[in-house]
Amino acid sequence: MEREVGGGKYTTVSIPTTLYRRIKKIIQGTGFTSVSSFVTYILREVVASYEDRIDEEPFTEEDKQAILEKLRKLGYL
Amino acid sequence: MVSRPHGGKLTNRVLRGKRRERLLEEAEELPRLNLSFDYAVDVENIARGVFSPLEGFMIQEEYLSVLYSMRLPDDTPWTIPVTLDVDPEEISGIKPGDDIALFYNDEPIALLNVEEIYGWEKKEFAEKVYKTLDINHPGVHKTLNRKELLLGGKIDLLKGVPSNFDKYTLWPIETRLLFREKGWRSVVGFQTRNAPHMGHEYVQKAALTFVDGLFVNPLVGWKKPGDYRDEVILAAYEVLIEHYYPKNVVVLAVLRTSMRYAGPREAVFHAIMRKNFGCTHFIVGRDHAGVGNYYGPYEAWDIFKEFPDLGVTPLFVREAFYCKKCGGMVNEKICPHSDMYKVKISGTKIREALRSGARPPEYMMRPEVADVIMSFENPFVGD
Repeated sequence: MEREVGGGKYTTVSIPTTLYRRIKKIIQGTGFTSVSSFVTYILREVVASYEDRIDEEPFTEEDKQAILEKLRKLGYL
Repeated sequence: MVSRPHGGKLTNRVLRGKRRERLLEEAEELPRLNLSFDYAVDVENIARGVFSPLEGFMIQEEYLSVLYSMRLPDDTPWTIPVTLDVDPEEISGIKPGDDIALFYNDEPIALLNVEEIYGWEKKEFAEKVYKTLDINHPGVHKTLNRKELLLGGKIDLLKGVPSNFDKYTLWPIETRLLFREKGWRSVVGFQTRNAPHMGHEYVQKAALTFVDGLFVNPLVGWKKPGDYRDEVILAAYEVLIEHYYPKNVVVLAVLRTSMRYAGPREAVFHAIMRKNFGCTHFIVGRDHAGVGNYYGPYEAWDIFKEFPDLGVTPLFVREAFYCKKCGGMVNEKICPHSDMYKVKISGTKIREALRSGARPPEYMMRPEVADVIMSFENPFVGD
């Protein structure tokens, strides 16, 4: 179920209560204000590293040759 | 491998071939909106991927999401709203779904498909982005003088904005290929608005020790009186690179976008743009993109903690100074000596020396750099 807090949209994800308690313990004295903010941080990091593995070529072979020609003319290559 | 474009895909909204020719003709018949230079260059930045994944000016959902959560609605980090403000009379009769032509200097440069027209709270924008409502802050001043409505929608580029620096103009698709051709797997981006002094060189070389390449990316465009002229900055870097950097480790190219002076938020924005150019790392200065005393000295570093998924690694390099006892450039983390040995590299003092026709001391600026600056009749804006 989605809900809105402070202009942002949120949803609920379940984690084991034992894990919740462990996280609650380790975030004491850190900058994390809640278990949710810690979990969000970690998940964003993990998701980003997964997304980094997907690499699309942003140019066609024709584009590539034209760009290389420009780079040579300008003295970059 | 160079960094992945921000949001996963490099934006390309540059029209080509017959479609471009046809739309260029049609643009003359469409409702017209005249843009200032700052907006015109940002249209080109959007179209050529500097602002990837943006494909146009923000609609309201994107705008509010960025303002409040510093993320796009799909959770991609984004800290500065990219918006187009208009007066109601400028868009009289225009409704969502319409195409309008964006003109710069009496030439059509792009088409905008209007998706939304919405109102905005300028003070809310200023408080969130600049963290102040003080009219003396240049960003706040500019914001409060902007127009009443925002136009959101995707753009298509018909024509680039003319530049005095074609030789130094590279777009993300080009730098990404260039870095690959050079075999660089890691590249650090350096943002600057200044001619290089020893402090800059120290910071760049400290970073370069750990990566394959350095991308020096001066911001060109409007500058305040007393700043170095753009052509002076480029000439100074050329001579520095020629004499003091190994071959093939530096790429020098310009970036045209306005300074927002939004401190921490802008530091992240600067990192995102360099990520799109292919940088894997980005040097974040102390009080990066700050002005006056509006931001704490380390706020521009702290904000990066909120973005573990930024996809570009910030390098927090401390301010460099010359230590008489160490006999070289150092920073507070690596120099144990007291203040009596420390000489701050003062941009103001360097400029004063150059104005009087004297080379600054060599520990402040390379003589070749000083000479090339002094070879210009008017090296500073407004001289």
